Amino acid sequence: MPKLTIDELHKMRETARKEIYLREGNFRGKVIVHMGTCGIAAGAREIMSSFLDEIEKKKLTDIMFTTTGCAGLCSEEPIVTIEMEGSAPVKYCKLTSEKAKKIFNEHIIEGNVVKEFVLGIGSERVG
Amino acid sequence: MAEKKRIELMVCTGTGCFAGGAFQIIDELNKYLESFGLKDEVSVVATGCNGFCGQGPLMVVIPDNIFYGWLEKKDIHHLVEEHFLKGRPVKKLMFKPPEEKEPLPLLSDIPFFKKQLLVVLRNKGIIDPEKIEDYIARDGYLAIEKIIGSMSSDEVIKEILKSGLRGRGGAGFLTGRKWEIASLQTKTPKYFIANCDEGDPGAYMDRSVLESDPHSVIEGMCIAGYAIGSNEGFAYVRTEYPLAIKRMRTAIKQAEEYGLLGKNILGSNFDFNIEIREGSGAFVCGEETSLIHSIEGDIPEPRQRPPFPAQAGLWGCPTVINNVETLANVPVIITRGAEWFSSIGTETSKGTKIFSLVGKINNTGLIEVPMGITLREVVYEIGGGIPKGKKFKAVQTGGPSGGCIPVSMLDSPIDYESLQKAGSMMGSGGMIVMDEDTCVVDVSKFFIQFTNEESCGKCTSCRDGSEALLEVLTRISDGKGFEGDIDFLTELGECIKDASMCGLGQTLPNPVLSTLRYFKDEYEAHIKGKRCPALVCRNLIQYYIDPNKCVGCLLCIKSCPTEAITGESKFIHIINQENCHKCGQCLEVCPPKISAIIKVTGSDMENLVQLSEIISCKEWKKNHEYS
Repeated sequence: MPKLTIDELHKMRETARKEIYLREGNFRGKVIVHMGTCGIAAGAREIMSSFLDEIEKKKLTDIMFTTTGCAGLCSEEPIVTIEMEGSAPVKYCKLTSEKAKKIFNEHIIEGNVVKEFVLGIGSERVG
Repeated sequence: MAEKKRIELMVCTGTGCFAGGAFQIIDELNKYLESFGLKDEVSVVATGCNGFCGQGPLMVVIPDNIFYGWLEKKDIHHLVEEHFLKGRPVKKLMFKPPEEKEPLPLLSDIPFFKKQLLVVLRNKGIIDPEKIEDYIARDGYLAIEKIIGSMSSDEVIKEILKSGLRGRGGAGFLTGRKWEIASLQTKTPKYFIANCDEGDPGAYMDRSVLESDPHSVIEGMCIAGYAIGSNEGFAYVRTEYPLAIKRMRTAIKQAEEYGLLGKNILGSNFDFNIEIREGSGAFVCGEETSLIHSIEGDIPEPRQRPPFPAQAGLWGCPTVINNVETLANVPVIITRGAEWFSSIGTETSKGTKIFSLVGKINNTGLIEVPMGITLREVVYEIGGGIPKGKKFKAVQTGGPSGGCIPVSMLDSPIDYESLQKAGSMMGSGGMIVMDEDTCVVDVSKFFIQFTNEESCGKCTSCRDGSEALLEVLTRISDGKGFEGDIDFLTELGECIKDASMCGLGQTLPNPVLSTLRYFKDEYEAHIKGKRCPALVCRNLIQYYIDPNKCVGCLLCIKSCPTEAITGESKFIHIINQENCHKCGQCLEVCPPKISAIIKVTGSDMENLVQLSEIISCKEWKKNHEYS
């Protein structure tokens, strides 16, 4: 391993930062793909891939991606919840890879809810 | 289809979790991630100590920040399938506060973590300590970059002075002042030593930093060397820390390879080398001058000061010794500024302190809190209070030479001066919580036994004085105390403090003096009443089987190692006090529903019914109406 100059150390730092961005926790938005048996059966894993691909393509480090269990409305799967900072969560249903890409670009990148795919906005009351 | 990495499992591999099976859990995780086809999406990262040691082996799921504790190999298959394949976090593996019904999934919601402020432990649970790139990503070696580019050694010293950083080894001397004194010396070469000896039993703050973030110590040492004009550094690590030594060696090698250590650091004309020297298990080597003698190959004994090591230390040359935790603060003070650092803490005690919170406390582990937080917040909010509903009695701070602080002083802020005023000290940061079942005489005896054993023997006051303290405490604990003992302990304790040459002797009487100050009545009970109110001192307690509760199940008879219990099935069991060695086994095995065995002390036994003949449980109940 060659000895570093200050510039090389800088470059290494930038690269290394990107490698561990998941741990930094500076997220402005969350993509939650609902899995559970119904989700997976309906194709949630393809939807998951689509979102992860888009995140990778745009090299975003401020969008958190996660999965959770069944959302409850199994007939509407695959379902995704998008939670952007400062806004109510939005649930999209009956997704395909195409719809996922559209939601990613219009809602996450441009900030506009894609009304035609929305199942509901807001959260259920927790008893 | 190859998926992108979306989850990282930060598995703690500090010594505690290592011993608990963390690496077996990592193997099991990798096995099931492979079999479920998740290897590309989910990666396992072995990190350093998470701090919540009582919950180990543990891991944190990133980016969700979900905390899983008390993990066992058998849990992993289900965990991988449920959480990482199907997206459903597993409740039964999450942290549940005692007495609560629901678990707390997120680390940020768990009270143990909430009030902590991470400065020294800024990389806790986030980096792999064996990867220099992880450290660099978190602003590692940014401080070195900064000073080499644009700060003179004087400016570095000014910054550290301005920050108010005080030595975290226990003495609390202003770090910047020590560096200034050394930098003004003209004799060369100058040496820098990192004190990684951490002798306090039960203290493991320094071990945790060395195992979890060794580069923070290396960078700190390098900055110190630059400031004082030293090119030679030593890390004196106790041999009993093999993982810490291994990680330091790896980190030093990596830093050297990248030119962040060694000759011409980052292309400058500043050289700094670090050599590891291992200690040999002497507590006194935590003391500066003894440590220096140990490196020189001499008997580890302290010497008179002045001259201070910063003026004339290792091989007669100017030497600065700093503690591990002190050093880990240095890089972040340089990158974020002295003003930021001094905004944390109190007027006289700046920054944070790591404590090992142990003993009778619900949440055991390492915590980092800002100076000025109260003991009450630490014990009750972070520590979660005393288990089993027992009453808090005292908290001992500062290691074996620390004093015990009672409930009346729980609202004291934690800083150097307040703890000293309360009769204790900051020390290295040990915090042992005691409850109503702790005997202060027994505790004092325990700690004096340690410091007496570790005394190097040079000073009569420490060597023979601690022997005398121990003898008196043992007598009192055995029920052979007499009038005058308390005055003797007080006078001798003060004398040892005054007359001893080094910190070991100067602080060893603290447990005795502070417990006499706050719990004198407990000493008097031992001496005059021949009672141990906490029911600990073996010669002052007796075990008793309550005939109203005993069901004759034979469990205690079978467990007694000295066959001191007589009885038959369904006949009341009786303890023969002459043969009883007070081991407590019978109390352990008596079923909780029955709870027939109690401990009594002093003359309490005289008030209890003593059976003179064999009687069946049925017969007893018939003859004695017991409500």
